[in-house]
Amino acid sequence: MRRLSELKNKRFLATPYFIWSAAFIIIPLCMVFYYGLTDKSNSFTLENIMSIGSIENFKALILSLALSLVSTLICLLLAYPLAMILNNLNVNQSSFMVLIFILPMWMNFLLRTLAWQTLLEKTGVINSLLNLLHLPTLNIINTPYAIILGMVYNFLPFMILPIYNVLIKIDKNVINAARDLGANGFQTFGKIIFPLSLPGVLSGITMVFVPALTTFVISDLLGGSKILLIGNVIEQEFKQSSNWHAGSGLSLVLMIFIIISMLITEKYDDGGIMS
Amino acid sequence: MKIKLQKIYIGLIFILLYAPIVTLVVLSFNKSKTRAKWGGFTLNWYIELFQNDQIMSALSTTLIIALLSATIATLIGTIASIAINGMKRKWRTFYLGITNIPMLNADIVTGISFMLLFIAIGATFGFTTVLFAHITFNIPYVILSVMPKLKQTNRSTFEAALDLGASPVYAFFKVIFPDILPGVMSGFLLSFTMSLDDFIITHFTKGPGFDTLSTKIYTEVKKGIKPEMYALSTLLFLSVLLLLFLVNRSPRKASMSLKEI
Repeated sequence: MRRLSELKNKRFLATPYFIWSAAFIIIPLCMVFYYGLTDKSNSFTLENIMSIGSIENFKALILSLALSLVSTLICLLLAYPLAMILNNLNVNQSSFMVLIFILPMWMNFLLRTLAWQTLLEKTGVINSLLNLLHLPTLNIINTPYAIILGMVYNFLPFMILPIYNVLIKIDKNVINAARDLGANGFQTFGKIIFPLSLPGVLSGITMVFVPALTTFVISDLLGGSKILLIGNVIEQEFKQSSNWHAGSGLSLVLMIFIIISMLITEKYDDGGIMS
Repeated sequence: MKIKLQKIYIGLIFILLYAPIVTLVVLSFNKSKTRAKWGGFTLNWYIELFQNDQIMSALSTTLIIALLSATIATLIGTIASIAINGMKRKWRTFYLGITNIPMLNADIVTGISFMLLFIAIGATFGFTTVLFAHITFNIPYVILSVMPKLKQTNRSTFEAALDLGASPVYAFFKVIFPDILPGVMSGFLLSFTMSLDDFIITHFTKGPGFDTLSTKIYTEVKKGIKPEMYALSTLLFLSVLLLLFLVNRSPRKASMSLKEI
């Protein structure tokens, strides 16, 4: 009897979340699909999705893909050695260092990105320093390079954490065994450490790639207003032209890329992205 | 040599991450109003900050939204976790799948989906719409913090309590709840910080005249940002530092909170 009543209780407990997620997760997503696939007179059309083919939108999409791929790669190349160094520190030191590397995330990210403007400007801090040392100046503000810098800067912690979390779980005995069996440093890394850390690498890649692909803030702040990413296009459709149908159509295109990167991660990741 | 190289590497990344923060702190003491040049040291912006009604009201809105949304999300999320934990595998996968959607989806898509929903039901964009959006994207963080703790709890102790005559609710609060409390707390804190820091979703669900700190900063960026903002962000950063320092005083808790992050 008790079993039965407990079961009912549990089901009853799920009701609030069920209603909430239906109303605020499922239905809104369906609405994106609905708006994306209809026109102003509510009849079915593929025009909104096809508008990705227009020169401006297509250019924005390609630029977004290129910049986010490059940033993801740079993040990975920067984060992996760092995660390995952190992993080799003793326990107290490493948890302190990890804290140091995620601490910047507690300062408002718009302001932090804005601060890069001050640093990168033609007469900014970095160029003044370079001038002082009689080195050539760096003119990357309002170019795609500044956007890449902004992406790497903002999303680097998202790459460091998953990789670090996987590395600390690797059994040291496995590594020692490989060394005992005669593998050198490179072989141990290539055959043992890297394959074992792959789930962390993949979830790091999604956690950097998706926000980098879809950002409109970083390009707004560091790219001037001339460089449009696909995120900027969608944002303008919604907030400025109030063209919800076109904006939703472009979002659906964007979601294809998000889903692809999610599927790749899902395949290798055991137990969700946050594990 | 190797150790030295490692230290240099850590140092370089450290500089990359902290250069903007140092810049903001320095700017908050800058007498000249433009970011471009140093006009001498002043504490004026800190005084003017507290007299700036717009920033102060944006700050209080941000805190109220964060506190309310984190509290409600923790409540709904914890109850949902208990329910999901007791479900059959098929249903559990279904619910966790739904829970993953807001976490994995791009913020801009989540943001516009809320905007479309609120337009469809004819809601007035403002406090309520932002609050509902924040609760929604916070719930997954709570569920993902509480679920692992729930899995670790021992079912037999709960059943033992029932056998000894405790009512299910009483047994829950006496036996299970203390075990999952760390997960609930870290879920709450995670939600709170996510809500504080959110810009994109707020941007799409807010109405004219309603601002959180993030959206306020975004509009100011276009018109020229007021130096009071630098002062405020410096103060906020210092309070986080202080908070972490206090938490770190008890080492066990610190390592725990770190793992949750």
